[in-house]
Amino acid sequence: MDLRFRDAVPTAEERDAVDALLGPPADGWRGGERDAAGLQHARGGHEARDRRDLLLPALHAVQDRLGWISEGALDYICRRLSVPPAEAYGVATFYALLSLRPAPPRAVHVCTDLACRAAGSGDLVAETTRRLGPAGAPVNGATWHESPCLGLCERAPAMFITEAGDSPSAVSAGPVNADEVVRAVRTGAGALEPEAPPAVSVPQAGSEDLVLLRNVGMVDPADLDAYRARGGYTALRRAFDLGPAGVLREINDSGLVGRGGAAFPTGRKWSATAAQPDHPHYLVCNADESEPGTFKDRVLMEGDPYALIESMTIAGYATGCHLGYLYIRGEYPRAEAALLNAMATARERGLLGDNVLGRGYAFDIELRRGAGAYICGEETAIFNSIEGERGEPRSKPPFPVERGLFGKPTVVNNVETLVNVLPIILRGGPAYAAIGTGTSTGTKLFCVSGSVAEPGVYEVPFGATLRELLELAGGVRENLRAVLLGGAAGAFVRPDELDVPLTFEDTRAAGTTLGSGVVLAIDDSTDLPGVLLRIAAFFRDESCGQCVPCRVGTVRQEEALVRLSAANRGAGANGHAAADIALLREVGQAMKDASICGLGQTAWNAVESAIDKLGTFQEGAS
Amino acid sequence: MTQSVDLGLPTRLVDVTIDGETVRVPEGATVLDACEAAGLDIPTLCYGDTLTPKNACRVCVVEVEGSRTLVPSCSRQAAEGMVVHTDSERARHSRKLVLELLGSSVDLSTTPRADEWMADYGADPDRFGPRAEPVQAGARDVLHTGHHGEPDGATAATVEQPPKVDNDLYVRDYGKCILCYKCVDACGEQWQNSFAIGVAGRGFDATISTEFAAPLTDSACVYCGNCVEVCPTGALSFKTEFDLREAGEWDESRQTETTTICAFCGVGCNVSLHVQDNEIVKVTSPHDNPVTHGNLCIKGRFGLTHVQVARKERRGREPRED
Ligand SMILES: Cc1cc2nc3c(=O)[nH]c(=O)nc-3n(C[C@H](O)[C@H](O)[C@H](O)COP(=O)(O)O)c2cc1C
Ligand code: SF4
Ligand code: SF4
Ligand code: SF4
Ligand code: FES
Ligand code: FES
Repeated sequence: MDLRFRDAVPTAEERDAVDALLGPPADGWRGGERDAAGLQHARGGHEARDRRDLLLPALHAVQDRLGWISEGALDYICRRLSVPPAEAYGVATFYALLSLRPAPPRAVHVCTDLACRAAGSGDLVAETTRRLGPAGAPVNGATWHESPCLGLCERAPAMFITEAGDSPSAVSAGPVNADEVVRAVRTGAGALEPEAPPAVSVPQAGSEDLVLLRNVGMVDPADLDAYRARGGYTALRRAFDLGPAGVLREINDSGLVGRGGAAFPTGRKWSATAAQPDHPHYLVCNADESEPGTFKDRVLMEGDPYALIESMTIAGYATGCHLGYLYIRGEYPRAEAALLNAMATARERGLLGDNVLGRGYAFDIELRRGAGAYICGEETAIFNSIEGERGEPRSKPPFPVERGLFGKPTVVNNVETLVNVLPIILRGGPAYAAIGTGTSTGTKLFCVSGSVAEPGVYEVPFGATLRELLELAGGVRENLRAVLLGGAAGAFVRPDELDVPLTFEDTRAAGTTLGSGVVLAIDDSTDLPGVLLRIAAFFRDESCGQCVPCRVGTVRQEEALVRLSAANRGAGANGHAAADIALLREVGQAMKDASICGLGQTAWNAVESAIDKLGTFQEGAS
Repeated sequence: MTQSVDLGLPTRLVDVTIDGETVRVPEGATVLDACEAAGLDIPTLCYGDTLTPKNACRVCVVEVEGSRTLVPSCSRQAAEGMVVHTDSERARHSRKLVLELLGSSVDLSTTPRADEWMADYGADPDRFGPRAEPVQAGARDVLHTGHHGEPDGATAATVEQPPKVDNDLYVRDYGKCILCYKCVDACGEQWQNSFAIGVAGRGFDATISTEFAAPLTDSACVYCGNCVEVCPTGALSFKTEFDLREAGEWDESRQTETTTICAFCGVGCNVSLHVQDNEIVKVTSPHDNPVTHGNLCIKGRFGLTHVQVARKERRGREPRED
């Protein structure tokens, strides 16, 4: 490959940021000093290109140091990794958290998504705009932006602050008021109260009934000994005793299905991967958690990081992987720090590495940070993102179990799915399967937010009803208007349907979905058209752009909803509501039928269910 | 001396049912191949006969029994026993919507067959409202990923913008771009390996772009024109074609196409010269040519106009005796 660069020159700082990640450049061919000897032969093409997967980490390195990525910096990264600059530009511009134009070091992201909207982010944004000027405009050393869900919905309204520099920082905060947003923009995260501990997000913390959340708030998440004292790493020992086939048997017997949204049987996925003759196999832990209203994985990772590391080790052992990637969304700094610490301490103690627990099995984990792209949680987009490509979903077939990360057989699982492996191994598959219902086994984490007294992550056995769950969360605050199940890609449930048992099969039969476990209660003070508009704007922003039904369909959906909402408020004139609803249906059907991936296929679900079940936009309704 | 002839592996055949008719195709053939074998004419846009299917546009979707969603015929392999419906209500609906969504957001005026397909499917791209005004040059190159202003609903957003004319050889008119990825694939590892252009941005704001939207003359472009060759919409076109169209003088009915061999080097690439009024207005290469597969280098693609230069010069001189 004969690459052409534009010879933009990196600053010393940019060079330094990249070198800190990649090491010093080997020679003039790869961005180092040019000398006569080095110019006599070209070296290292393949070697450098083989590390294309370091492209996103390198972009992060520059963004974290400087607050934006200049032409010189991008050029330097491209030389170091032998990546064509046009491709690297395409990758960098795919992510909302990377800036390719000059930006101040501090960025404050204010969430305007569903739960935060219900908690007053509209006023917050209006007040911030009044005091600091519009979003995106620089204010002495900082900018503020509106943001999709930050995964802090139990503490809505939330914000996320990044500060570039020699020791960059990233901090989440919530609930916040306008004073705090303004202070964060003016003086940084240091001016805020320290973030509340993870246990505040788990109102049930300490309860005997908890399985997945049992450690949250009960152990110091940074302390490996404390984790072991509560039974940590007994499951891994047991897994080694069972052998890979034994572990697969337990997982199959447990009836565990994926918690990432698609509800695919985990045992089947693992067995299929384990049986692939092509090697190496890879494990990918999907911690991208960007479905609006979802925050359970964050709480698990912040409160019990070793459980995830142990689960990944067992998953890798059962499926024949020696390397796992943990892909975590960029807005989860505390979870990321907890996991990095857990990985480092586990490595020190022989719980990761060449010879795990002295049992002759080699396994390690690489953590990769996302950069603001919901679509990267899709199971094939996540591979592209890790590989240093644009995070666009691939077409299936081939499926990940055959050709996944780096073209090799890959198991991709959600954080919560993986953490279930521990109780399955400890109790045995059949005992686990006895919890919940016949087809939805075990316990489930629900992300309860919106108009409830005590928002947070709740763990209940499958089969508990929605009403029971809401009561557990202290009951709904005002007159309940609807509950959004499953997030932006989910569907609404009416107040008269609260007795639906929370299982995959019952929610499906009720025309909704558990999705990623979102339970967003909406009271009758909420303007539903506004909620639908926010959902539509989300999909329009997060569509990767690959396929026409989703790329353009999400735009047309938002435009039609703008017209319908205006008419609903009595602002716009139109007798065209019926025509716009028909248009939404037709566009929605094409998105559902003809889009490449789940994003486009579900982008109209919530709107459809609001129209059909709640009567939104119909005559006389709101 | 005897020579062995490689007959290849015997090809297995698979039977698929297309709209009730059984079609036998070689294993590895796509559903689109099977549809063609059945004499059906399925619209395609992002599919290219010389490229790996990207299956992005979805205008070729068909219904396959047992599949939850519709299936892109251009890339899905035909499998034994597959039952395909190309003309079902559901398949036609999605194809029509894809045409409407594209037609409402992109200038398809130079896309071959677009009008015909619109008519076939009863597509009405205007139903989403009047088109928004084209944006200023460069405005779509600096959008903030993951953010957009709330639309007012009065107009339908488009990708329309002024054409990028930054070199003498070809024009990039991205107001006509359907984001089919073909140019990127042709420029990149599938053919040219120049990697001058990529897809930048995300969603509706995605564009085909050089790094930092630099002019082509500052990019890695080597002007092979292989992107122009595969572009299905006329978003990429020869400067000569672009200028003639601007002047209202482009007229394919007055053009001849002559395929010959490029005289510049010994490789022997086939070049097809498109001539209007005795001037070479465009150069393509046959996609089934085993040497080029439709690809050329700058000399074959853009260099043959020396013929005209010589002729023009001659025109000015006295007639020669010979
Ligand atoms: C647009 C989109 C976003 C997704 N985001 C996530 C995510 O953030 N986390 C996750 O675990 N699964 C996500 N998924 C589901 C994954 O594609 C995949 O099904 C899941 O990671 C598989 O793991 P599981 O079987 O353990 O659920 C997403 C799917 C789509 C279509
Ligand atoms: S459905 Fe949307 S997100 Fe998925 S591939 Fe298509 S454009 Fe991308
Ligand atoms: S002319 Fe050739 S090198 Fe230039 S962008 Fe097109 S394909 Fe790439
Ligand atoms: S410029 Fe042409 S070939 Fe390239 S993506 Fe657009 S329509 Fe396709
Ligand atoms: S953090 Fe704001 S909606 Fe989730
Ligand atoms: S032609 Fe098949 S998806 Fe575009």
